[in-house]
Amino acid sequence: MFYKFSLARDWPAFSVFAFFVAVVLGLSFYLGRKAKSAKGYYAAHGQIHWFVNGIAFAGDYLSAASFLGICGMIAFFGYDGFLYSIGYLAGWIVALFVIAEPIKRLGKFTFADALDGRFNSRGIKLAAAISTLVVSIFYLIPQMVGAGALIKPLLGLEHWHGVLIVGFTVIVIVVTAGMVSTTWVQFIKGSLLVIFCFILTVMILRRGLKQQETPEARKSYATTASGDLVRVQLSEAWKGKPYFAYRETNGGICMIRSGYPDPRAVEFNRRIRESDPGFNERALETVGRPVQTRTVAADGRTVLINGLPQSAENDLLPVGTVSELPGGKLSTGPLGPFEFLSTLQSSTIVTWSKDTIKEKDGSVTEVFYPVEKKGVDLLMPGASPTFAGVRSNSLFKKLDFLSLMLALFCGTASLPHILIRYYTVKDQASARKSTVVGIAAIGFFYVLTLYLGLGAMTSGALDPTDTNMAAPLLAKSFNNFLFAVISAIAFTTVLGTVSGLIMAGSGAVAHDLMENFLKVKMDDRLKVFYGKLAALMLGILAMILGMLFRKMNVTFLVGWAFNIAASANLPALVMLLFWKRTTKQGITAAVSIGMLSSLAWILASPQVYRDVYGLDPARSIIPFSQPALVTIPLGFLVLVIVSLITWRPASGPAFPVVEQRPA
Amino acid sequence: MPDADPVHEDHRPEISARNSRYGLILFSIYLVLYGGFMGLAAFEPQLMAKAPFGGVNLAILYGFGLIVAALFLALIYMVLCRPRRD
Repeated sequence: MFYKFSLARDWPAFSVFAFFVAVVLGLSFYLGRKAKSAKGYYAAHGQIHWFVNGIAFAGDYLSAASFLGICGMIAFFGYDGFLYSIGYLAGWIVALFVIAEPIKRLGKFTFADALDGRFNSRGIKLAAAISTLVVSIFYLIPQMVGAGALIKPLLGLEHWHGVLIVGFTVIVIVVTAGMVSTTWVQFIKGSLLVIFCFILTVMILRRGLKQQETPEARKSYATTASGDLVRVQLSEAWKGKPYFAYRETNGGICMIRSGYPDPRAVEFNRRIRESDPGFNERALETVGRPVQTRTVAADGRTVLINGLPQSAENDLLPVGTVSELPGGKLSTGPLGPFEFLSTLQSSTIVTWSKDTIKEKDGSVTEVFYPVEKKGVDLLMPGASPTFAGVRSNSLFKKLDFLSLMLALFCGTASLPHILIRYYTVKDQASARKSTVVGIAAIGFFYVLTLYLGLGAMTSGALDPTDTNMAAPLLAKSFNNFLFAVISAIAFTTVLGTVSGLIMAGSGAVAHDLMENFLKVKMDDRLKVFYGKLAALMLGILAMILGMLFRKMNVTFLVGWAFNIAASANLPALVMLLFWKRTTKQGITAAVSIGMLSSLAWILASPQVYRDVYGLDPARSIIPFSQPALVTIPLGFLVLVIVSLITWRPASGPAFPVVEQRPA
Repeated sequence: MPDADPVHEDHRPEISARNSRYGLILFSIYLVLYGGFMGLAAFEPQLMAKAPFGGVNLAILYGFGLIVAALFLALIYMVLCRPRRD
């Protein structure tokens, strides 16, 4: 990597990170003296101020996937990443208008409490606890793997170091003071994330946009200009691909992708024609652009960059530039927030894509090639491979997109680690106000993601091999200190979210399963003890999973978690609130069937066929990958049918739709 | 603390019912806005590339609009639900 960590240079990153962890741990120990009761451990005594809870919502919710994933997706593919921002934010509307106050009114420590409040059914407790654990673990894996993947470029440590640091820090946070320290960690993280992303956005707008030659173009044209070009024969594996290659004088390879000729490479293209008289005449019209290649040998260790061993001098060059600004300008100077977007819309931008070639000897070459794209195309839906389906004529591809957007909309208010935050405030009014604060902070952050992503896209600082590094590298394009701060925040982002997830799981195991389902007798002290024990076990499990799934692309697990949460939990929550004939059997069935059907759909989906099993996606019998569009209605249907069958006027709950408590 | 105060809104089901009614109305408004956006993105993505006011395109305006609308509706809800004598 061209941003390889060195302690001598990057000590600020390390110090900022170490400082943050020290503050967080110190705070946890300090607060730990106060949280001795079960109410303290599971619900922070129900005394968190609504404003603090609102910002803590942001710290809980804005995971590494939000921050790094969305910025990276926008930086490489444009507008499509922002669709996630919109969906993630919209979910809070469901939380505020439908879920917030009832969940506070009906529950005590966990989501299962709220579902079961009127019924006292062991079936509901078991189903809700299992659904909490499944959703939380699916959410947890990408966070832990992400921590490991981030720590190498950011702090120069190995993958397992990252997993262990996060695991141990979070165990300490949760075991010392449970929800009290978790809340404050999330509050600090939420504030830092929003403030620094705002600062970064202001800097992007002040810098404006400027036309740049791609650094790669500069390099290749320069080296190939000094000496004769010798054509290299490519192996069978390259057959049908639009590449041809020349041996450079220093022994390296200059590879060209035909098409997209670069008007500024006239001299280079002339040299190709002169040095290579046998060159196909037709291709002469469209001699292409130099690309960057990275070859990993079969042993997995030897890495060649453009045909020569990787070293400090010979490495991939950063990418992501504007090749043409409107009106032939070379740079815009400072821009206003809307001006920035409209200027970009009428510019031409060079983005980089990847091609992977597997040779017979087991070595793999990745080709990173530039593509000039019009701003107007990048800033509308469907420019990324993920959502390209919306521009196709396939109904199923469009439904796949809508299904994901439905899952994001319905999933947020069904995520256990979000729901438990409602028990940390004193009353319904505080639950309501803290959600509004959460919407303000999270909404503002998601607006910023568009600027951060587009800023990174045009910063000339992107790593073509790693979309997740877009935001930190954008910061690096300003200065090293900002890189240090953003890196440290990116890494510690994981802490806030993982703490929330471990808390949710700890409540599900100790409070729902052990105390309420298995009826283990426990006094207040034991409740806290078992909660902490469960947190410790879950923390260890998280570390193991973080290492096991190291090699897998796990970002889609977050999408699964939203789908499963929405399918299992939302129908039960909504019907409990708005349909008085809902029975305990109906709720148990809806949670179980919602969870199992969405999980089964995912495991049989084309996406999993391709990305997990390595099979031909066409063999999957499922028409589209995201289940929510089918399994959420299924959850409602199951609940209604089972409730109608099991409803008895005498045994049915005789309560008005909105519950009354004795005054 | 709500437990100590019998007239606190948490012990008055009519207030909870009123809030829940407001919530459902505002939720329906947002659902239409969100559904409209996702429908356009899925079925008429080309329309999203148009710039209705000459500057920024519809995809971005509508997207920002959804975020601002969420906050706006949330604030309206806060006002509607504030404690009052009725």
